[in-house]
Amino acid sequence: MKSHAEALPTQEMLINMGPQHPSTHGVLRVILRTDGEVVVNARPDVGYLHRALEKIGERVTYAQYMPFTDRLDYLASMNCNAAWAWTVEKLAGIEVPERAEYIRVIVCELNRIASHLIAFGSFTADMGAFTPFLYAIRERERINDLFEEVCGNRLTYNYVRIGGVSADLPEGLLDKTTEFLDYFEPKIPEYNNLISYNKIFVHRLANVAVISPEEAVAYGLTGPNLRGSGVPFDLRKDEPYSVYPKLEFDVCVGTGERGTVGDCFDRYMVRINEMKESVKILRQAIAQIPDGPVQAKVPRVFKPAAGEVYFRAENPRGETGIYLISDGTVNPYRLKIRAPSFVTMNIFEKITKGLMISDIVAVIGSFDIILPEIDR
Amino acid sequence: MESLATSLVQAVPALSAVPLWSLTLLFTVAVAAVVLTFALTYAGLATYVERKVAGDIQARIGPNRVGPVGLLQFLADGIKLILKEDIIPAKADRFLFALAPYLVFIGSFAAFVVIPFGVGLIASDLNIGIYYVMAVTSLVVVGVLLAGWSSNNKWALLGGMRACAQIVSYEVPVGMALLPAVLIAGSLSLQDIVRSQGGLLGIFGWNLFHNPFTFFSFFLYYVAALAETNRTPFDIPEAESELVAGYHVEYTGIRFAFFFLAEYGDMFVVSALATACFLGGWHIPFLSAAALSPLWGNLLSLGVFLGKTLFLVFVMMWIRWTLPRLRVDQLMRMSWKYLVPMTFFNLLGVSVWLLAFHGRGIPQLIASMLGR
Amino acid sequence: MEPKAIFDLLKSRFGGDILEIQEEGISPPFAVVSPEKLPEIARFLRDEPGLSFDSLMCLSGVDYKERFAVAYHLHSLKETHRIGVKVYLPKENPSVQSVDAVWPAANFMERETYDLYGIVFEGSIDLRRILLPEDWEGHPLRKDYKYPEFYHGIKV
Repeated sequence: MKSHAEALPTQEMLINMGPQHPSTHGVLRVILRTDGEVVVNARPDVGYLHRALEKIGERVTYAQYMPFTDRLDYLASMNCNAAWAWTVEKLAGIEVPERAEYIRVIVCELNRIASHLIAFGSFTADMGAFTPFLYAIRERERINDLFEEVCGNRLTYNYVRIGGVSADLPEGLLDKTTEFLDYFEPKIPEYNNLISYNKIFVHRLANVAVISPEEAVAYGLTGPNLRGSGVPFDLRKDEPYSVYPKLEFDVCVGTGERGTVGDCFDRYMVRINEMKESVKILRQAIAQIPDGPVQAKVPRVFKPAAGEVYFRAENPRGETGIYLISDGTVNPYRLKIRAPSFVTMNIFEKITKGLMISDIVAVIGSFDIILPEIDR
Repeated sequence: MESLATSLVQAVPALSAVPLWSLTLLFTVAVAAVVLTFALTYAGLATYVERKVAGDIQARIGPNRVGPVGLLQFLADGIKLILKEDIIPAKADRFLFALAPYLVFIGSFAAFVVIPFGVGLIASDLNIGIYYVMAVTSLVVVGVLLAGWSSNNKWALLGGMRACAQIVSYEVPVGMALLPAVLIAGSLSLQDIVRSQGGLLGIFGWNLFHNPFTFFSFFLYYVAALAETNRTPFDIPEAESELVAGYHVEYTGIRFAFFFLAEYGDMFVVSALATACFLGGWHIPFLSAAALSPLWGNLLSLGVFLGKTLFLVFVMMWIRWTLPRLRVDQLMRMSWKYLVPMTFFNLLGVSVWLLAFHGRGIPQLIASMLGR
Repeated sequence: MEPKAIFDLLKSRFGGDILEIQEEGISPPFAVVSPEKLPEIARFLRDEPGLSFDSLMCLSGVDYKERFAVAYHLHSLKETHRIGVKVYLPKENPSVQSVDAVWPAANFMERETYDLYGIVFEGSIDLRRILLPEDWEGHPLRKDYKYPEFYHGIKV
């Protein structure tokens, strides 16, 4: 019998998990070579959404570049805006008023919750549970309504400005945010009951694509992906910027509670727990926010001194770094965006060897990548 | 059918000029048309109900524009599908591509013929009822495999292979789980199985309460049947988010509609078997259907049967929108390592019980102890 | 460790290969090294206890008008210090050794630099264009890049 099976010639299948696919979170193409259901090699092919954002940065002014950062990671638009603002302020040495910093932190954390909700919803939808996605969208709609009051937009906000924010928060927005937080906080245990600890869900994710802490650091994983592997590194705590030193929260780390440390389930649970922490941060920020101006005096024709700076912020998907070179003119000289999802894809080919096709979907979902960031 | 034809000739002597076989044929076609109409209407309404149930669970409304509370949505969908362009991929095997939906449809709807809808309402009371259903629903496997292969699309092929493996693996536990009902009734005919659950106030005669093994059998059957019909959590073959609709990805318009209708038809067949074999079929609680007048007896028993079956269909929909999906190897493991041994053990248990208690179940034993 | 101390350690170890220290208006400060010694310096930075730069934050290509540069931003999770390392490359046939054996995170970023600048990373495990199509001509982020008129018959 054994020799019979060995003599049976099997061929590898070359399947294209093409740019249009319901669960690749954007236009990601994965070239799969499979032996039946088991993946032999899965190569990602990116670049379908390349819009030359870095080249455009060399043509427009610093202030004009803000809307382009919206489109980097459109689910965490406020975070990308703020990262750009903080980079330019570090380069030019601009002092931002405290109220503006608090507002930035508030909108960034709200956006973090919204982004993690989408990550949670689309991940569970990929796993076949269609309902949590709609619950996540329902919560996110409320956040979108808050943002609409703040800046008029529901997705790409362009709210943060170099030196502050574009306008003060409207009357009553902080109360509405507190209302939202009171409504949202009991929802997280509800999601855990519904899907997070569901036996089928856990079985799909536990021990799938385990990434050890050393591998995670060496391959450049950041954010929830790095923390899911057990490395307690959070830029908001370890390299604090803005008003994060004044806020208290815990760093969520993967503990291998249902499998091994660093598997897909851990990365998923880190995001769920981070939503809880964001609620904590928001409550503190709303309590601490001072009065004052929301915009520093930045000259109309803004020419920062020549220099080079690298700044990184903790975005929902990881560490967004911007390497900015200025030569003293109104346009940046060189603008390099280190997108977290781009660097995360480094490990994709290695980690998917030997998994099944269904697991590829789980891995992409647990990394929470977003294509505009990868392709810029 | 022949008896119906002879009774019609006796009632209307003028028809004795017509050969009997033609009247029999007429009756057969008429009954088939009635059953098919019912099946198609049910399938259409089931799509509507599914969308409403989904909307309810997902905190939204569901269809509510077409017709009162959106009831005519399935008609609108049907018309849309019929009017769509019929695309056959260039390198697809045209004959097999066209044949596959029909095989799946036949496999699903041919089983409606032996479902016992009421006291006297069964299209054809075959004495191999359950055996026939198991055999005919296996046509679905051939159809699905053909659909996957002839689409000339690797994703469809993967979906077709998965579906084939899944349905074939779960046929074993389904068959094994139904056998206790057959053993208790002593016959494969579905009407006999339902009749054997009569008496004892209707509810206690159900095979579900007959002995602990049949109680267990019902749930094993339900789970295995969920897998037979490719419903979540076993919907790997048509996993939307992985295989982009799996084996029916290249199908458009009315051909796609056939697959869909066949899936809902399958759900009904499977639930109907569960009702007939375990939940007492058309037995009306506290009444004896056979004792009522033919009209009332048939109507009430039909109502009871449909009520029970449609409730099971509703539970299937409920499960679909709640649970995530199993992976292929987990699915196979569940069938071969868990369901098959459990159903075998069940069968053994039922056989031993029947031998020990001379075919009587717990309710019957209690009744005989109480002197009834 | 302070960047100054790190640079002193580097200078004492590699001497003349550390060409320049750029600190004015530059955060984090850069150590300009000679391209030939880059893999060795990278390995030293990662493995030396006390330095242990285990995380490559960012790898970027830069087009200074007379020459190219590749800038590496490094970070140590253990020691929590950061520095930058830069290599200058000539405009003709710019090429440097790849560091993806030291920091596997470099792979995609090196591919991107190759794609957009044309800087060849020798010894890379996989050097192909990543963001642009495989048959694209030219390297767009160069300051002297001319857009092509047509690509496969489509007006660009």
